[in-house]
Amino acid sequence: MAMDVIQQIEKEQLRSDIPDVSPGDTVRVMVRVVEGDKERIQPFEGVCIARSGGGLRETLTVRKVSGGVGVERIFPIHSPSIAELRIVRRGKVRRAKLYYLRSLRGKKARIKEKRED
Amino acid sequence: MLGLIGKKLGMTQLFVEDGSVVPVTAIEAGPCPVVQVKTGERDGYRAVQLGFGQRKPSRSRKPGLGHAARAGLDFEPQVTREFRLSATDVIADDPHVPAKREAAGAGGEEAPESAAVSEDRAGEQASELRVGARLTVAMFKEGERVKVSGRSKGRGFQGVVKRHGFRGRPKTHGHPSIRVPGSVGPGTDPSRVIKGRKMAGHMGTDRQTVRNLQVVRVDLERNLLYVRGSVPGSRNGWVYVSKQ
Repeated sequence: MAMDVIQQIEKEQLRSDIPDVSPGDTVRVMVRVVEGDKERIQPFEGVCIARSGGGLRETLTVRKVSGGVGVERIFPIHSPSIAELRIVRRGKVRRAKLYYLRSLRGKKARIKEKRED
Repeated sequence: MLGLIGKKLGMTQLFVEDGSVVPVTAIEAGPCPVVQVKTGERDGYRAVQLGFGQRKPSRSRKPGLGHAARAGLDFEPQVTREFRLSATDVIADDPHVPAKREAAGAGGEEAPESAAVSEDRAGEQASELRVGARLTVAMFKEGERVKVSGRSKGRGFQGVVKRHGFRGRPKTHGHPSIRVPGSVGPGTDPSRVIKGRKMAGHMGTDRQTVRNLQVVRVDLERNLLYVRGSVPGSRNGWVYVSKQ
């Protein structure tokens, strides 16, 4: 019975406006950043290399290469600090976790686009 | 200090305003009827006895029902517990406290801000702290620090490594046993083991208190209290949340 309440609490916090992202997709995450008393929106665009966790605790790992340096950010997808999450490109991959991209660079780190037939 | 009896529902997480994730324990606390009020001149100390939950009629005891009936309840609470009162808590029908404002001012050692807080709280409690009144989670504010007591999970008979944090012996280099306590004291003199020596034995089901836990959110509609971090006990266990 106690778990029913917990499940209810978690359900209420879930967001329904987040698209279904799969690993390999290039996504653009609009992050709310609070600086002092001002709030602005900062985009972060990169490849989703992993989805982990379930329910309210689900997270996305997004990787991009910025100035020759690999940058990864982990976003809790139900967090209110994500203003928007857009899928830029669907990628075709055969792994759930694309950690192998970390050791690849340039042309080898490309991902084929998924074709909907 | 004044508090509430509650039931631990389990842990989850909440997103707070700045976007960070906070691990919380959800506690279903109150509404707790005041079953009995203990006053200084009659009982030697000031306290309120609160009840929580409803016992099934078939499980109720007659003396318990009678005791609860004084508070206007037609059931026996599942648990009752006393909470000691501080000088700033006002009992409604206490003849020793002529006016609520005076009593609120009596706790002079408190900081001005909290004195102001307890003053308006005293205003609302003056009508509340009498037998039959109901205390709810409204008594706690978000951001407030509380103390949570509960009965820890039973671990059974445990060795010294788990029970007291002993390091044991190395796992390698030919040690025959690795989780042993080692020597328990000197030899011929004193020819006995000093009392209080930490040894293996029963662990858990003790009353444990965690202080300084932050109230992250208060849900008045569902009588829920979200407290940052973990609290003692298993799910569905009784916990006692009190002000510090």
